[in-house]
Amino acid sequence: MLVNRIERGRYLDSVALMRVSRKLEARTGVEAAALMIGSPSNKALLREAGLLAPEGEQATANDLVIALRGAGAAAALESALELLSEKPEAAASGLTTTRTVRGALEALPHANLALISIPGEFAAFEARRALERGLHVLLFSDNVSLDDEAALKRLAAAKGLLLMGPDCGTAIIAGTPLAFANAVPRGDIGIVSASGTGAQEVSSLIARMGGGVSHAIGVGGRDLDARIGALGTLAAIEALEGDPSTAKIVLISKPPSREVAAKVMERMKTARKPSVVCFLGLDQPGIAPTLRDAAEQAMGAKLRSEGFPMEKRRGRVRGLYCGGTLCAESELIFRRQGLGGHEFIDLGADQYTRGRPHPMIEPEIRNDHVRRALADPQVGVVLVDVVLGYGAHRDPASVLLMNDVSAKTVIASVTGTEQDPQGWSRQAGLLRKAGVLVAPSNAHAAELAAAMVS
Amino acid sequence: MIDALLAGPLRVVNVGLAGFARELSARGTAVTQVDWSPPAGGRQDLLVALETLERDSVEKANQAALEKILAAEPVLADVRRAGELIPELDAERLMLHAGPPIEWGRMCGPLRGAICGAIVFEEWAPDLAAAEALAASGGVRFAPNHHFGAVGPMTGITTRSMPLLVVENRAFGNRAMCALNEGLGKVMRFGGNDAEVLARLAWLRDDFGPLLGKALRANGIALNPLIARGLAMGDEMHQRNVACSSLVMRILAPAMARVGSASLARALEFMGGNDQFFLNIAMAMGKAILDPARGIACSTLVTAMCRNGTDFGIRVAGMGDAWFTAPVEMPQGLYFPGYSAADANPDIGDSAILEAVGLGAFAMAAAPAVAGFVGAGGFAEALGYTRAMAEIAAGRNPRWGIPALEFAGTAAGIDVRRVAETGIAPAINTGIAHRLPGVGQVGAGVARAPLACFEQALIALAGHAG
Repeated sequence: MLVNRIERGRYLDSVALMRVSRKLEARTGVEAAALMIGSPSNKALLREAGLLAPEGEQATANDLVIALRGAGAAAALESALELLSEKPEAAASGLTTTRTVRGALEALPHANLALISIPGEFAAFEARRALERGLHVLLFSDNVSLDDEAALKRLAAAKGLLLMGPDCGTAIIAGTPLAFANAVPRGDIGIVSASGTGAQEVSSLIARMGGGVSHAIGVGGRDLDARIGALGTLAAIEALEGDPSTAKIVLISKPPSREVAAKVMERMKTARKPSVVCFLGLDQPGIAPTLRDAAEQAMGAKLRSEGFPMEKRRGRVRGLYCGGTLCAESELIFRRQGLGGHEFIDLGADQYTRGRPHPMIEPEIRNDHVRRALADPQVGVVLVDVVLGYGAHRDPASVLLMNDVSAKTVIASVTGTEQDPQGWSRQAGLLRKAGVLVAPSNAHAAELAAAMVS
Repeated sequence: MIDALLAGPLRVVNVGLAGFARELSARGTAVTQVDWSPPAGGRQDLLVALETLERDSVEKANQAALEKILAAEPVLADVRRAGELIPELDAERLMLHAGPPIEWGRMCGPLRGAICGAIVFEEWAPDLAAAEALAASGGVRFAPNHHFGAVGPMTGITTRSMPLLVVENRAFGNRAMCALNEGLGKVMRFGGNDAEVLARLAWLRDDFGPLLGKALRANGIALNPLIARGLAMGDEMHQRNVACSSLVMRILAPAMARVGSASLARALEFMGGNDQFFLNIAMAMGKAILDPARGIACSTLVTAMCRNGTDFGIRVAGMGDAWFTAPVEMPQGLYFPGYSAADANPDIGDSAILEAVGLGAFAMAAAPAVAGFVGAGGFAEALGYTRAMAEIAAGRNPRWGIPALEFAGTAAGIDVRRVAETGIAPAINTGIAHRLPGVGQVGAGVARAPLACFEQALIALAGHAG
């Protein structure tokens, strides 16, 4: 049985809706449940999932669609309405809540930063308005067009404001972690990163080596694309050069455009502070080849790595990642060693996250893939990341251990710090106890896997 | 600028995922959560209009309109016969009603009831049946109060022999008028029209009105300070006027005694027995304050909101005297014993001029007692209304402070852009009339202005500007 119901004029953020969907799917008699705003793209998703009934087709972008399939769908609809009528957590927690940025600025005079995490099609509009009101912006939202991104970055520059993002998942400003950041002590290393998990890995490794971070400025994953031309990176370098609490600058990016990388390297020649550059995939002298190397160079020290059993394993490596840059880094390490035939999957990529939470929030969505890898006779080593920090799942190690990890060699790295809500040692300890090999960094984990199968 | 940010501490406006705000708040960072929803409900035509209207010329025009609203000096100055004040009422069989223009065939029950009662009162027909036949046959011309510088609560009927309160805006020399409040119970403004209703109207016409007029001509009452005191005493001037009614009586009683009248005791008794006596004064004041902003080109601020029981209408400064109308909504509220929502007439009256000027539901935080009466809940809800309404206003009126908000001024100047963008419909504290003629008030509640009025106005303004 397929049941659709439209709640006219009702808007809830997608994370809240996905939580309700998950609770409903856990009910017996419900095969599938989805609560979505009735935008054309969401309706297409529902249609593909076989969840859109004729009445649901009538929904507009201003309506909420509740779609349920299964023998118990009608009864589950009642629960859906109850779950939706629960007081929003923001109100329950006593947070001051308004409907507009303008109202928020009245409630919080002298606000200096807008953290924007709304659907991409509206994000540029709100970011522009925030900049026009003199607010610095962290634009967490993705799906912002390159044209909008360039225009926003130019507007921010003209106004002397910092625009982080779009698609900026991580930042630490003046000791305050924003979005998916880790609990990193304050120190004198400033990070400029076009990669959220890249910044998390480097800042966490710095913390675990006893160092600290002045600021980690996220610039968005496409900042070093030819069409953006590193507008954000160059502005952030400028800001950190002038910042008295920053002594060293670390630049991080996923594979950048060659010309843009050259432009940034040229700029760094005249930098007023020592720097480390880690542009993954750009293998040339003076560039740190891995995130770990970047952290080590910034600290002038080596990350401690205990001896792991150097047993050879038959079969392939399958890497299953929550962090996109961590996935790219591992793939790169294999490529550099000339190892082919192994698989690396970024479960945070769009095709896996459309209409569902990111695996850093809900690592459970990786478990299907882990289970299949553990059962696959061709797979010899399963390689995973476990990402900690604010905003991340509260116990990702236990979610991974819902699988029978003793079936194969499983190598993990834990991106995070001791001070994170999940605690690095606690998470690593759980994994080790279950027989998982926990490497001190993502690069170490990939190198260990490579050594086992080469 | 960036160095100031890096020096910290952060003060964050979190737009979207509430989890980020909770994390920040839990660790001591100052943060406000914005419960974001798509602007203008994602409607493309409205977004285009908004884009057109986000410009300096509009900001300047709104600033000019706001300055006029805030500079007003309203004074309750006089009471005179309607025909003296509005010559058209003496010249023809003209009857003014609440809300935007409407013809007899589309009028709701209470409005028809009040019209029939007023026709008998003016002796244009001998009885209610004949009055109805006259009204239906086109023997009376109907027009909105707003077209003649007046306002009226609920049905808002104004005819030639009724005494009208006059509020002068001495900053700009304009004036606005409103009929006297007839008291509670069965009254014409709620559609009552029997002999008791008509007899009271005759007394107001013959005794009370002239007495009050004489007293006021000797002793006008400045209203800005009075409203400020009323807000501090728990009035919001729409559903609660206890404080202001008492203050006015305290000011006027000696002057009325000096004038001398056989009716003095009854007049004082009448005023003292009517908690809503001040409502009509506040309404005339609202119109006197907002009228100078009418016709300021490009301004997107609302100069009037009103309803006739069928349609809700608004006027916007930059569109002169044009009405933007939509079907009126049902109020949500509490009912007197024996009545229910099934008896209720849709929202009616010119009294929404109070919300347009920042009082009523906009000032609910000043009047927690009203929040309970109109079914809006407790003080937290009252505060919520006032906060939300401030989000669609252009500014605040520093002369009218709300004690519970550390004397932050009431909202001033509803901006149609903000209404269309946020989807926050202005709330209106209102009495609820019975849907049948002749019954009267059956409850009180909160109504919402239909968003469609503001959306139409937005598109029209953008058409002018573009």
